[in-house]
Amino acid sequence: MLGTGLIKGMAETARNFAGSFFQEDRLTTVQYPEERIPTKEAARSFPFLVFDGDDAAKGLRCVSCQICEKECPPQCIYIVKDTTKKPDYMGKLQFQPKIFDIDVSVCMSCQICVEVCPFDAIKMNVEYEMSRFGRFEDLLIHKQQLAKPNEYFHKIHPTDAAEVDARLAAEKLKAEAKAKADAEAKVKAAAAAAAAAAAAATATPATGAAPKPKPATPAAPAAPASVDQPAKPAVTTPPAPSTP
Amino acid sequence: MHDTRHLDSQAQPSYRVESRGHHGASDLLEVSMGPQHPSTHGVFRMDVVLDGERVVKLKPVFGYLHRNHEKIAENTTYLASMPYTDRLDYLCSLTNNWAYALAVEKLAGLQPPERAEYIRVITAELTRLTNHICLIGFLLQDMGASGTPLMYAFRERENILDLFESLTGARMMCNYMRFGGCRVDLPPGWLEQTSQVLDRFPKFLEEFDRLISGNEILIARTQGVGVLPRDLAIQSSATGPVLRASGVNYDIRKVDKYGIYDRFSFRVPLGEHGDVYDRYMVRVLEMHESLGILKKAIQDIPPGPIVDPKAKIRGFRPKAGEAYGRIEGPKGELGFYLISDGSPNPYRYRVRPPSLINLTALEDMCLGQTIADAVIILGSIDIVLGEVDR
Repeated sequence: MLGTGLIKGMAETARNFAGSFFQEDRLTTVQYPEERIPTKEAARSFPFLVFDGDDAAKGLRCVSCQICEKECPPQCIYIVKDTTKKPDYMGKLQFQPKIFDIDVSVCMSCQICVEVCPFDAIKMNVEYEMSRFGRFEDLLIHKQQLAKPNEYFHKIHPTDAAEVDARLAAEKLKAEAKAKADAEAKVKAAAAAAAAAAAAATATPATGAAPKPKPATPAAPAAPASVDQPAKPAVTTPPAPSTP
Repeated sequence: MHDTRHLDSQAQPSYRVESRGHHGASDLLEVSMGPQHPSTHGVFRMDVVLDGERVVKLKPVFGYLHRNHEKIAENTTYLASMPYTDRLDYLCSLTNNWAYALAVEKLAGLQPPERAEYIRVITAELTRLTNHICLIGFLLQDMGASGTPLMYAFRERENILDLFESLTGARMMCNYMRFGGCRVDLPPGWLEQTSQVLDRFPKFLEEFDRLISGNEILIARTQGVGVLPRDLAIQSSATGPVLRASGVNYDIRKVDKYGIYDRFSFRVPLGEHGDVYDRYMVRVLEMHESLGILKKAIQDIPPGPIVDPKAKIRGFRPKAGEAYGRIEGPKGELGFYLISDGSPNPYRYRVRPPSLINLTALEDMCLGQTIADAVIILGSIDIVLGEVDR
């Protein structure tokens, strides 16, 4: 009979309409500003910079290697390298970004910057309510607003953050062991040299003590690192392109 | 089923447009539909010449969404154009990712591990589901089924997009596949969630079937409308559901067996008449087949690594050469042609977009039909302007 298909369709619509009054799972929307769907752990919106410790200016993991700036597909990152190295929270001398800006009106949330960063310094935020009054300057986010503590990273991406911390701790241990071995080797070499010098200079003993203070200086960076918390990164090498 | 085909639609007089405009004795009317017309699926324009309500001449005009995709990709690194491929056909970013990754893998000689291959099949078939339910919703919206079927379709699509979000971090711009594998492993419980969504899916298809498939208005509006004959479909190099609805058995998953598609047994739905109704039904049946593939893939997925250890994220330079990677996207054959000169950027980067090439047969399908049918015919080709214009 002509019209049965129509009636069947109408019955389906009626079933859905009535069902939403009785069955909770038929309601598929939420009343947004009052009610929110919890963000997924993998969710991503815009990048932010991670810092360790309490001081954002000191603990920034970013060493302004500018790999993300180069790799960013829409070129929304702008970095100016500082001219002098400054001690970071571990006392190690590092370049820090003088300017680190992200233009979120250009950013397309692709996460390439996170993937290419060798220092785990840039990560994706989950914040999505980014309305601003200004079209240009308000959407250009500076270093100060971008820097977020490691605890925040732990809060939004717990699994990822734990993994990063474990990796950094392992790297740090390795670096410490290497630094220690290096320092020991240097001390040994210096001692041998001193002994040789002393042996050579037995005739003139007054100048024999001169090379002794030298081995103390290269061992210095390792010493403050070992007293810090174990879960903090040890950034020791410049950004050499490496296989992941 | 009632056969209410438009019998008079085949008999079309051959018109010649003598003059543009209204002067003279010509009673032909030239209408510019779009680029802001809601039924043109984006910024697409049809210059239509009408005799009364019948289409006499139709010229598709596109390029309003041109974003220089190929040139941008030639000036950035291989990895950096991966997120741009998401934005080609923004409804199926994961299949776009796969086609591009396939081309680069051929170029660089990378082999994704087993698990990555299975993840790729799962995500690609889920993408096919989202694309087809989206298309069917929009097609019915174009026909005047205002809102209801589209909302039902989007309700179901949202479940799959939730899966994409928990896996890749984004609902639509997934940027998930990498050269030689995938970016991250499946989060715990993801496969179970996917199975749940898939278990509900046949119910939705049945519901949709009851809602619309037997509907007399749908049949009257679609059967015999916009016929694309088999020969013309082949000549215009149409691919995907548009080609198969005309009765040509050509599915790259069967022909090329890229990835691990040789391990799955599925049927390729074919149409007989090549009209809008066949194109609609081919897609519905394809969704049923996709469900079968998905079930098998979820069952068989092995544990293991997800990226080829030879793959590099930084400093990726494939050796000089050329490669063409193609997949059966939800819309047709999606191919990426790359030439490498050994530098970090491709020397030449070319996309073969299924939407654009299927669109070339639009005029032949529309001649002699009414202007209201031209809208449906366009809808049944399933274009996304991001891919047409690139």
